[in-house]
Amino acid sequence: MLVKRAKAALNIETPTPSARPVTLSFEYAPSLESADIVKLKPRYGLYIDGKMVEPSSGRYFPTVNPATEAVLTEIAEATEKDVDRAVQAARKAYEKVWSKLSGRERGRYLFRIARIIQERAREFAVLETLDNGKPIRESRDIDIPLVAAHFFYHAGWADKLQDAFPGREISSLGVVGQVIPWNFPLLMAAWKIAPALACGNTVVLKPAETTPLTALLLTEVFEEAGLPPGVVNIVTGAGATGAALVSHPDVDKVAFTGSTEVGKEILEATAKTNKKLTLELGGKSAHIVFEDAALDQAVEGVVNGIYFNQGHVCCAGSRLLLEESIAETFIEKLKKRIDKIRVGNPLDKNTDIGAINSKREFEKIQRLVALGKEEGGEFYEPAGTVLPAKGYFHKPCFFANVSSSFTLSRIEIFGPVLTISTFRTPQEAIMKANDTSYGLAAGIWSEKGSKIQKVASALKAGVIWANTYNKFDPSAPFGGYFESGFGREGGRHGLLPYLEEK
Amino acid sequence: MASHHLKVPKTIKLFIGGEFPRTESGRSFPVVRHGTDAHFAHLCRASRKDFRNAVAAAKAALASWERRTAYNRAQILYRMAEMCEGKRDEFAEVLCYTQGLSNDAAQKAVDAAIDAFVYYAGYADKYQQVIGNLNPVSGPHLCFTAAEPVGVVAALFDENSTLDEITAGLSAIICSGNTVVALLPGVTGTLLAPLAEVFATSDLPKGVVNLLTGDVSELAPQFGSHMEVQAVSVQTKNEALLAELKIAGAENLKRVAPPMQTNLGLNNILQFVEYKTVWHPVGY
Repeated sequence: MLVKRAKAALNIETPTPSARPVTLSFEYAPSLESADIVKLKPRYGLYIDGKMVEPSSGRYFPTVNPATEAVLTEIAEATEKDVDRAVQAARKAYEKVWSKLSGRERGRYLFRIARIIQERAREFAVLETLDNGKPIRESRDIDIPLVAAHFFYHAGWADKLQDAFPGREISSLGVVGQVIPWNFPLLMAAWKIAPALACGNTVVLKPAETTPLTALLLTEVFEEAGLPPGVVNIVTGAGATGAALVSHPDVDKVAFTGSTEVGKEILEATAKTNKKLTLELGGKSAHIVFEDAALDQAVEGVVNGIYFNQGHVCCAGSRLLLEESIAETFIEKLKKRIDKIRVGNPLDKNTDIGAINSKREFEKIQRLVALGKEEGGEFYEPAGTVLPAKGYFHKPCFFANVSSSFTLSRIEIFGPVLTISTFRTPQEAIMKANDTSYGLAAGIWSEKGSKIQKVASALKAGVIWANTYNKFDPSAPFGGYFESGFGREGGRHGLLPYLEEK
Repeated sequence: MASHHLKVPKTIKLFIGGEFPRTESGRSFPVVRHGTDAHFAHLCRASRKDFRNAVAAAKAALASWERRTAYNRAQILYRMAEMCEGKRDEFAEVLCYTQGLSNDAAQKAVDAAIDAFVYYAGYADKYQQVIGNLNPVSGPHLCFTAAEPVGVVAALFDENSTLDEITAGLSAIICSGNTVVALLPGVTGTLLAPLAEVFATSDLPKGVVNLLTGDVSELAPQFGSHMEVQAVSVQTKNEALLAELKIAGAENLKRVAPPMQTNLGLNNILQFVEYKTVWHPVGY
């Protein structure tokens, strides 16, 4: 009865599992997180100098719940003029207030922000899931706790920067322009804002156009924490707004997370300036499983590596490299495992894979999957998984027997699509893993420690996970080699991009 | 109608293993209001047995505390700052009554005490990043050195120790994962009640901080000779006492740390850590 009512309230089709020869079956019952905690306004302005203001263009654009395709609210489109206003506010706040505060005082604000985020964690988690489409289990247990942790961690650095870099005379940079993606909207905002403020800079941040809501809610936290006006400004909009921000002459530093394509454009746009730049871009990370790995754990690790967050993860382990001797067994185990993955309503606490964030991304993934089939990969997707009728949902899938010449092995799909190929020796695994223009992350599965260390030292990637995957912590630096960008976020090394040596 | 409320004064007891026992010895000493003969409180004169009980509690708490994530320890230390802020007036009143501080000076002392909690909260998940490193050894080995807490630390404060010196000294010791038994001698013992209440309400596991009041000369030899104590923090400028403690501690090679140079500093943490170097082969 309860289930029925919940289903009715949700208006989302519940997948029915395919008939399987099982002796005992448990009926699936949805466990829905209530969206009541979120109170959306009919439209949102720009956050400039501590106030919500209207965009000079008067233009607003909708943001959509990708799980229902329903419009959530309207967002202001910031023009060049608005960006200029925001940069001016940030400059004023830098010169008049923020750069004059001691590290201890800056830290005090960041600690307050961390605490308020913890207090409002569920509200942020639900809003993130509504705007992004990611499962509530992930926004609740991963994104938002990490957001609070990032502010908390960097709060502690604010008065210890000299200890981080002893013997070096360091100072803040000034105004930082930050552009972030839609895959971890609030987490990326935290990765950007927390170190910038801890190091004494002020911020103008542009969230992604499809996921601006949690960043806008964060402005309430700034208010509650008493953060001085102008220290953080948030301008919403699409590519043009971002371009205006990164090329603004009074921005001292640009930090960008997003596609390699746009990263290269930013590099060109800032080439003739003295702006400091960090880029956290795409990846095509290898996930290597050796025959001496604990296979069942490795299957879980591989599933987490590629299907976490619908595969919208820059460091997703999207290229699985299996040692030939275990390939067949592993693929069978993998099939069994992904047959059990629950795709559906992101607000259901049982959901493993939620909605693809936008129609554009959804269509891109579909296009690439079709291309993979044309190129001849052995395609597998769970036959029994039924997708909701509305919303952008994609089944977890993989292509086996893929060679490195396939388009799918070379370009970032940014979806729940894994490619699988095999190797015979560790050297071959390393060669194949490094055969990419990216270098963000890699995974290694083996029960032999020395082999892990040997392979890790040979892999050209910024983050290596051994017998685990997709682990994030504010104390652990994150960032890529080669075309995955430069600069690190998190840890002691993540402070450097926000400081200059005198 | 005027109130005829007769104030209910707080009995100040010890703080051992998260509880508030009186000294097992039944002894006490009086403290007067600063510069007067007026009675303020009777403080426990802790005995050797009380000290041993406190060390046992600290030892028992160690396993849980040192295995907490650094982030968790950091948050608990930050919680202490929050709790301290809430007890601001109580601290200030004690400082005014027993140390003769003006209200202004007392409030500033509380500010500094809170600063210390926040500062070391920030260091709990950072000191290892500042002092640990990868060792580029010549050979196919991964070799790194990481700092770890030494274990149970005994902290000996001075009769003139200020509130902020006490919170800084204790925070520096526990932020890395050590547990502590501290003696707040003489009049500083009047701070035990609000301090212990801060620790007791900050989600700090019982026994991580244990506080005693009493007499330095009576308890110092125990601080030095107890075999379960790995390090002693000596916050008194008495050189003879420092030497005496070093001699007494020689039996189990106790680390004896001299008084802090400043309240807030990495060095105050590093006095109470060990360095562990791990070697791991690299090869197929």
